Amino acid sequence: MTDLSVAVQHAKADRAGIAPPLWLLAELTYRCPLHCAFCYNPVNYAEQRGELSTDEWLRVLREARALGAAQLGFSGGEPLLRDDLEVLVGEARKLGFYTNLITSGVGLTDKRLDALKENGLDHIQLSFQDSTQELNDFLSSTKTFDLKNRVARAIKAHDFPMVLNCVLHRYNLPHVDKIIDMALAMGAEYLELANTQYYGWAHQNRAQLMPTEAQLREAEAVVERYRKEIGNRCKIFFVVPDYYETRPKRCMNGWGSVFLGVAPDGAALPCHSARSLPGLTFPNVRDTPLADVWYESDAFNRFRGFDWMKEPCRSCDEKTHDLGGCRCQAYLLTQDPANADPVCDKSPHHEKVVRVVREAAQRGAALTADEQPVIFRNDANSRRLATEVTHKD
Amino acid sequence: MNDTNPNAPQRAPDATSKPKLNRLFRLQFEPAQDAHVLLYPEGMVKLNQSAAQILLRCDGTRDIAAIVADLEQTFNATGLAPEVETFIAHAIERGWLEPSA
Repeated sequence: MTDLSVAVQHAKADRAGIAPPLWLLAELTYRCPLHCAFCYNPVNYAEQRGELSTDEWLRVLREARALGAAQLGFSGGEPLLRDDLEVLVGEARKLGFYTNLITSGVGLTDKRLDALKENGLDHIQLSFQDSTQELNDFLSSTKTFDLKNRVARAIKAHDFPMVLNCVLHRYNLPHVDKIIDMALAMGAEYLELANTQYYGWAHQNRAQLMPTEAQLREAEAVVERYRKEIGNRCKIFFVVPDYYETRPKRCMNGWGSVFLGVAPDGAALPCHSARSLPGLTFPNVRDTPLADVWYESDAFNRFRGFDWMKEPCRSCDEKTHDLGGCRCQAYLLTQDPANADPVCDKSPHHEKVVRVVREAAQRGAALTADEQPVIFRNDANSRRLATEVTHKD
Repeated sequence: MNDTNPNAPQRAPDATSKPKLNRLFRLQFEPAQDAHVLLYPEGMVKLNQSAAQILLRCDGTRDIAAIVADLEQTFNATGLAPEVETFIAHAIERGWLEPSA
């Protein structure tokens, strides 16, 4: 939901034609009270130990701001589990960042809202899993629906701009109208209806979460109808899942182009999901200055530009538009992150995407009793999956 | 589900309205962009110089006539009213500005 694409075209190239980062995502912790089945955190997150200290984060914030980053997201896991969040927000605001808190709402008490306000937090993005208690609580494997409702009221009572975020999939797509009604009733200024991207935990649960095309088109029509009715009152973003496209999305607006993520243990990532890619050594902010991470590191340079591309991307006249799509998706579906994103129907692997879509159609929208159970994001599942999946960080 | 009619035609701002920045947006100079930008939840718009100079004056205390006068004086120019009014109408449509204080 950004206009950063506009900005980046005009961004001043700093070193060797590389524009500076605009977005710093500070993943403060992988700890989370929720266990969402579509979490984008790495499935082996439980193996990552040792969170950055307050002082280390403060240094990261200063270095990122000096590079040119203007947007800062505090995320996780649940960032409220860090009791130094207010200190980090305060410093970020003083540095001139626009500060976004991306939260489940668990732990967002009036007291903390007061302190965050005092420290200059600009905006809060609150997640819901559905408009119904039953599904919200099932998908997050918690009892948090009522709490989230209370938190939404408290956020508005503290006069924060609020983005409501709801990840969409086969279970909740039929509720899109109710989800929009909920956002309007809560006074959210933005509603982000993000169809599940199939990385991390969502990839594990793809068969259960993948919607049918009919579900998607219906939801899209509902969104369109609401947009016409509500005007500027609440801006609704609806991100179509790319399995249903024939051209890949311009992932992260380009590798090492806008986005700089820092994981809880200090690993610097060119995208949220990059940890799943083999053959890349991600620099750690504990021992590498952020300027070196961004401009010099192999990991951030690996998929910049076009030289890394294979066919059919290399000679494709659309490569400057979509940049070959998503590296993580290319790896997950073709086992080679330098391949074309198989969402593209020019990819020799596109059939794999078509098959997933066809299977979703056969499975249908209705949930049945004999479905494979959803795998929730929790420590036990993470440790089990870590032994099954080969990860190299 | 809606208490106002959003389809009602937006009244064009007249010279006496006092536009101010929508609270969702923050206007600041970004050295790395060498430009003023509007920052808002998870996004950024880079502004050209005239857009920035107009928005900087939209503080809810000045009407459009005063903003035009100030710009004409600062930049030693005349006849800026049409450009300023067009931009302010555009900025209101984009939600950057609220029409009056």
